[in-house]
Amino acid sequence: MATRILDLPAEEYMLPGNRACAGCGLGIGLRHILKAFDGKCIMAVPASCLTVLGGMYPSSSVLVPWMNVVFPSTAAAASGLVAGLKATGREDIPVLAMAGDGGTADIGIQALSGAAERNTNFIYICYDNEAYMNTGTQRSGMTPLGVRTTTTPVQGKQQPPKDMPRILEAHGVPYIAMTCPSFPTDLYDKVKKAIGIRGTRYLHMATPCPAGWQYNPKDTVEMGRLAVETGSVVLFEIEHGAFRLTSRSKKLAEQGELMPVREYMERQGRYKNLDEATIAAVQQWIDRRWEDYVRRDAESAQS
Amino acid sequence: MITEKKQRQGAKTSPKSRAKDEKPQSGNGRVAIITGNEAAAHAARLCRVQVVAAYPITPQSAVVENLSKFVESGELKAEFVTVESEHSALAVCIAASTVGARVFTATSANGLAYMCEQIHWAAGARLPIVMCCVNRAMAAPWNVLNDQQDSMSQRDAGWIQIHCRNNQEIFDTVVQAFKIAERVHVPVMVCYDGFLLSHTVMPVCLPRQEDVDRFLPPYTPHTLLDPADPRNLNQVTLADPRVNSEGVLCHGYMELRYLHQEALVGAREAIVAVDREFDQCFGRRWGGMVWGYRDEDADVCLVAAGSLTMEASTAVDMLRAEGIAAGVVGVRAYRPFPVEELIAALKKARLAVVFDKSLSYGYEGPICADLKAALFQSEAAPAVFGCIAGLGGRDVKARQLADAVRNALKQYDNGQRTAPPAWIDCRI
Ligand SMILES: Cc1ncc(C[n+]2csc(CCOP(=O)(O)OP(=O)(O)O)c2C)c(N)n1
Ligand code: SF4
Ligand SMILES: [Mg+2]
Repeated sequence: MATRILDLPAEEYMLPGNRACAGCGLGIGLRHILKAFDGKCIMAVPASCLTVLGGMYPSSSVLVPWMNVVFPSTAAAASGLVAGLKATGREDIPVLAMAGDGGTADIGIQALSGAAERNTNFIYICYDNEAYMNTGTQRSGMTPLGVRTTTTPVQGKQQPPKDMPRILEAHGVPYIAMTCPSFPTDLYDKVKKAIGIRGTRYLHMATPCPAGWQYNPKDTVEMGRLAVETGSVVLFEIEHGAFRLTSRSKKLAEQGELMPVREYMERQGRYKNLDEATIAAVQQWIDRRWEDYVRRDAESAQS
Repeated sequence: MITEKKQRQGAKTSPKSRAKDEKPQSGNGRVAIITGNEAAAHAARLCRVQVVAAYPITPQSAVVENLSKFVESGELKAEFVTVESEHSALAVCIAASTVGARVFTATSANGLAYMCEQIHWAAGARLPIVMCCVNRAMAAPWNVLNDQQDSMSQRDAGWIQIHCRNNQEIFDTVVQAFKIAERVHVPVMVCYDGFLLSHTVMPVCLPRQEDVDRFLPPYTPHTLLDPADPRNLNQVTLADPRVNSEGVLCHGYMELRYLHQEALVGAREAIVAVDREFDQCFGRRWGGMVWGYRDEDADVCLVAAGSLTMEASTAVDMLRAEGIAAGVVGVRAYRPFPVEELIAALKKARLAVVFDKSLSYGYEGPICADLKAALFQSEAAPAVFGCIAGLGGRDVKARQLADAVRNALKQYDNGQRTAPPAWIDCRI
């Protein structure tokens, strides 16, 4: 049963106020993630916007233990937490590794691959704001096709993003999910489910970022919803190999139609003045991926 | 090459009074004929390390292999994390240490360099990690043999660095290192020469578990990460002190660095005390910060670190036979640098010849440079001549060291008080 918004626990593990930008999607995401954990976890956090959100010594914006680690090491550090907790008889405390798209798909992919291959017992959440935001919106391996960043300033990015869930799938980990803070119950339920599974669990959280994507901070929730409506982001989970579309993406598959991606792109400064050919290429990329997801969903529903 | 006789020389109860042919005493343990790498692994095992994470690299690999064998066979109850890189090895150690586990790792050369940002992090986070650096030359070009460029390149990262001269000292120093690290909250790098020690078998006394347990009680961390008492460790810290929510003024970055420096300088006391406590438990000591061989009345002192000091000891015997009053001053702790100990040890000498197995490019050997700086504070400083020796595994013979000393003496007698580093056996 999917949790309803009014049934989410009232307890808060984020304190009022943090150092993220106004309207940051990451804060909404983290709030629901920590609710799902009941505040009972130890976090490993690399250099990223999340570090900034966490606050500056001697104040902290969250009520969970939090270990800062170097930028490339999230999954290795989380492996160390798992090993250290086991060795000291505290294996019952869940470990949450949480990193940005750059910290996950680029500089941290080696450590993540190693930890996933060892099927290390932790939950890894990549919050994907689609660029290196902390250092000023440079391109990452997760930046979508056509996006202008400070290192793709004129032509926009020429390549589509890496497919991280597939990369994790290739490691054979027991649970993979794609989620988004604009769908807090989808996020909450996936984290809850992940907590109940052993081994490496990977969640990819598409995270709207007003500063980097250049839209009005009040529109963060809407931006995440538009991402899903257009198929730029697809909500799904892969549990022990079984693929399943979830929540709004499942409904969209049943209805059979996505909103044109142009309507999502037009709302963001990072796509400003894009040429028609690139918009068409992005649409094509989305359509092909969506078809694949819908097919996989139908196949596993049959089996 | 290091003879067995020389190896044993180092293992005397007192660094000042070494009877040359005394065998390692098993005491209540047993004597095993093992390599330096095996000695390090046995030491980690007997220290009951709880988490080991390491990645293979020549000449360190056997440390990893032995430890994984101990863990898989159940001889050591620990988590062995088979990481995919050295960068991750130290990440695992940092995290596991943060949640209160006693941790160990080992590496060499490129592995150490690959860890670099973690090396700084481990020290800045003030974690009592013990890591063996099996000294090997840095590439390019590739070379797997011994010099000390790797650990020397990390000397400013804020770790304690201790050099060993034989396999018994490797074993004993790893055991001591945990006690030192856990006392002063600074990680310790135990350095020993690749191949010369790592792959050479020597008799090593392995004490009984209960004796090691008595010497080294379980690790109790000063801070624990626990959901019941949440805290944010090593978050962004500004230069200036800031007030917390309760109105208490907390350190800024600069104050934390000052405390780190205080801890490292203060580690001197811990290194000496732990060596003494070790002697009381096991009947062996290694000199704490520095040690000497025939140095009491020495007019000329050969200064070096690691196994090279064994050749230096033989060179001293040769020089003494010629009537030159030579002695060895061995640098055991390189960081913190033994400033006062070296000033005292060299007070009576008129000449110090320093043999470095590494180089601060564009300057000179790091031990030589540091020694000169230390002696600047001394009223009775000897002249200092530096030599670069044994890079990339180039064999160093005692007679070459003796030649270098004779050359330096000649220059000294001609009125010279220092010179650019002399490259021993460099055939250019
Ligand atoms: C080894 C290393 N290289 C570069 C950096 C600088 N750096 C810090 S955060 C960051 C980008 C983070 O991007 P991402 O992981 O996507 O997180 P975001 O800031 O977008 O939330 C970079 C490049 C660093 N801290 N360490
Ligand atoms: S740059 Fe984006 S992700 Fe980072 S804090 Fe600001 S809004 Fe959030
Ligand atoms: Mg990012």
